[in-house]
Amino acid sequence: MSSAPAAAPSSLAKSEAPAAPQTPAPVMSSFRESLHFATRNRKLVFGLTVTFLMLLFAIVGPWFAQHPALQFGGNLSSPPTTHDGYWFGTTLLGQDVYAQFVNGLRLAFIVGALGGGIAAIIGMLVGFTAGYRGGIVDEVLNMITNIVLVIPTFALLLVIAAYLQVRGIMTESVFIGCTSWPWAARALRAQTFSLTSREFVSLGRLSGEGSWKIMFKEIAPNMSSYLFMMFILLFGGSILIAATLDFIGLGPSNTISLGMMMQLSVQNAALQLHLWWWFVPPGLAIMAIVGSLYVMNVGLDEVFNPRLRNM
Amino acid sequence: MGLQVTDLKVSYRTLHGDVQAVDGVTFGIADGEIMGLAGESGCGKSSLGNSLVYLTGRMKYVHGTVELDGVTLPIWDFEEMNEHRFKQISVVPQYAMSALNPTRKIGKMTHELLRSRGVTYASIEDELVRRLELVGLSKDVLGMYPIELSGGMKQRTVMVISTLLNPSLLIADEITSALDVSTQKAVAGMLGEFRTRGFVKSMIVITHDISILSQVADTILVMYAGHLAEKATAETIVEAPLHPYTKLLISSLPEVGVRYDKKRLVGIPGIPPALLDPPEGCRFRARCPLATAKCKERPPFVDVAPGHQVACWEVAA
Amino acid sequence: MSRRLDGGSTGSGGAGLAGAGADTGALMELDGCCKVYKVGAFGGKRLTAVHDVSFDVHAGEVVSLIGESGSGKSTIGRMILRLSPVTEGTICFKGDDVAKLKRSGLQEYYRHVQGVFQDPFSSYNPIYKADRVFKMIKDAYFSGVDDREWDAKVHAALEAVTLDPTQVLHKYPHQLSGGQLQRLLVARALLLDIEFLVADEIISMLDASTRIDVLNLLGDLKARGLGILFITHDLSLGNYISDRTVILRRGAIVEMGATEKVFGNPQHPYTQMLLASVPQLHRKWEDVEAAYLQVSNAVEVDSRESSLVELEPDHFVRSAA
Repeated sequence: MSSAPAAAPSSLAKSEAPAAPQTPAPVMSSFRESLHFATRNRKLVFGLTVTFLMLLFAIVGPWFAQHPALQFGGNLSSPPTTHDGYWFGTTLLGQDVYAQFVNGLRLAFIVGALGGGIAAIIGMLVGFTAGYRGGIVDEVLNMITNIVLVIPTFALLLVIAAYLQVRGIMTESVFIGCTSWPWAARALRAQTFSLTSREFVSLGRLSGEGSWKIMFKEIAPNMSSYLFMMFILLFGGSILIAATLDFIGLGPSNTISLGMMMQLSVQNAALQLHLWWWFVPPGLAIMAIVGSLYVMNVGLDEVFNPRLRNM
Repeated sequence: MGLQVTDLKVSYRTLHGDVQAVDGVTFGIADGEIMGLAGESGCGKSSLGNSLVYLTGRMKYVHGTVELDGVTLPIWDFEEMNEHRFKQISVVPQYAMSALNPTRKIGKMTHELLRSRGVTYASIEDELVRRLELVGLSKDVLGMYPIELSGGMKQRTVMVISTLLNPSLLIADEITSALDVSTQKAVAGMLGEFRTRGFVKSMIVITHDISILSQVADTILVMYAGHLAEKATAETIVEAPLHPYTKLLISSLPEVGVRYDKKRLVGIPGIPPALLDPPEGCRFRARCPLATAKCKERPPFVDVAPGHQVACWEVAA
Repeated sequence: MSRRLDGGSTGSGGAGLAGAGADTGALMELDGCCKVYKVGAFGGKRLTAVHDVSFDVHAGEVVSLIGESGSGKSTIGRMILRLSPVTEGTICFKGDDVAKLKRSGLQEYYRHVQGVFQDPFSSYNPIYKADRVFKMIKDAYFSGVDDREWDAKVHAALEAVTLDPTQVLHKYPHQLSGGQLQRLLVARALLLDIEFLVADEIISMLDASTRIDVLNLLGDLKARGLGILFITHDLSLGNYISDRTVILRRGAIVEMGATEKVFGNPQHPYTQMLLASVPQLHRKWEDVEAAYLQVSNAVEVDSRESSLVELEPDHFVRSAA
């Protein structure tokens, strides 16, 4: 049993509890301490490296594409070759798989950032407000969260698809962002509840701080590690959802993404025709990005949560 | 017989180095003695108490021996200590009330605990019920979840369970801290009762509240920053302490009857030293009104009168 | 039915704050305050945390609110600080009903009334430096003041609480001790020129040797003319520092009056039980118990059917009507 004094709140309100640490701790800011652990955590380093490499590829790759992604022109169904720039081969219809791949990679990151970002923002707004205010506001927001949670997104997307002639990557990102925030809101609400009961929030009110200021200056920074991890999960989740939607044909109608590549390859019986270069790169890419993001998340959890660290 | 601790050193591993929580501690407890272990937070009293029973992952045994009833306790070896835990030496840990598993009924938890010690629940059930009734709890408690019990009830339950196998030594760590004043009195009274009835032979009662100790303890051991400061009978510590720290501490405690406008109490200026890199010599040197150059050397914990030990150059001289 | 303590200042003189109303009427007056929580599914059940509490605090005096856990003492403190709404009854600060204050009125209220809480480490946002609490005050109340003048003000406040500025400024909360943190909070309150302070168990998490320093600090503030509500469960502390005492049990007042009278001649069985249970350094429990006539077999007096009766000047006890 450790006697490193922890000022544990007694379950009986306000009776005597043993005094909190009286001697000052050595000077090392928590940011540096996190950094120290971060660089030593294998999962985090691995995840970060893979994601970063893919991102690099996504940014730089398209500069090397020799042919536009949607252009028909090459030999039909030819395997990867070094001449003519068809490094990843061609599709059944003669399109450059490499060009499509790097284009899709870019789109994946855009969807992740945009969709994940929108979901994070909505989740934060709803979660903080519900957790801080409590009462009737909490009840109403909870109801809204639950409704959005149970809306069948597939059906909704079908309806939207029927109305919009052209759907771009923006529409898809916004749609994903607006439908995947509930679980984030729930989690943040719970965290906010526990932080609101801390005395520094009362002190903020006694100093004349308004509700929004308290939420964003007092409460949110205390959860910064949690918010960061949540964003990463939303980022990965958005990419995965986008790939799924693309795969069933509800993706953007004016461009090619990784999921759409896989959809087209399946539609055109690439598996049976042994056109492995058409579906393996996009599949691997999605797996690599999303997988490394999740691994990174686990690593970050270990870094931020002192109890999981091995000392 | 009883307990004899010789030159015990226990430290904590931290990111910044080893914290010398217990730094060379020697004392003894006779059979049937209730010793209070007092001190402020960070002085190492909980570390000392816990190291006698259970060294957590971060704690490191450095040096010293612990002998209970003539048998050396292998405190450095977690597995070997299992033989002694709960049977010869037992502990009521800090925040014991919150340490009860919320998903287990009390009876089930006791059953599991006893089974791990090789004792069948059935053989001891009668005794368990009798002891629960002794402390004012009904048999129904065994069928309840911890959340259904009040703080005082939980504390009493934990005390009964910890002493079920009649250990020689019980270490009670801050058992009254989170309780209301009326429950405190009941729980503190239980300690003496347990000893009278032979459930426990001797006890170490760890707390920062010296007034509780003056009521229930026979002797009081005062710790400061990992070292021992003074040990004497409870009356002596309260009425005629010798160590400068003890004196200042006792005189800073407000009592019912003492009023601010009549008699102004004074605290001890300064703060205890950090134990990461402790100062050499007497740890109280920086705040002590009697400090001299000699205090750069650590004063030994010696007898100044029968049953009264102090670690101070000025006093022992 | 409720009783109010009579007016008339009992505070020790000292340099009272101008216009604090030290001579006539109370600084803070509670009248018939109740706090009822709706609990259970759909808010069916009602939980009464505070029932019909009335007392007042004058400038330059310390009133102790003593009770065990569940007595509602912290709830009262929070109601005074407007952190929790009052269900029934009124709380008046210098005659104005506190519940009616809106944004700017509330801001002005906090200029005169502040609070310090139990856990010093919970009171500071751990990611910012400790002296940020001063900056928060500056931004809200003194935005026009230039830096030099502000620094001088901060130094003066720190001096008033006997803290060394070089030791406490620009440090994170975990680098300071509990006692220093609590005193910093008092310094923060002093920056605002407050007239009333709610001290909610401010020393229960401090070590014995630092407790007395913070307690003596409260005494100094009292001498400056502040009115202080000292909330605690520790009778010895209440006895040490306060002029008047209010004993709370399960949300209702059972005894109140001048501290010497309440402690010296306790009439209500609950008060006697409390005093008999306090562990004292120089007297054994057995000796203390013998001194009281009725101990611990207190008759449950339903607060709805009883009222506070004045036994002697400035000493009220609850008994069956």
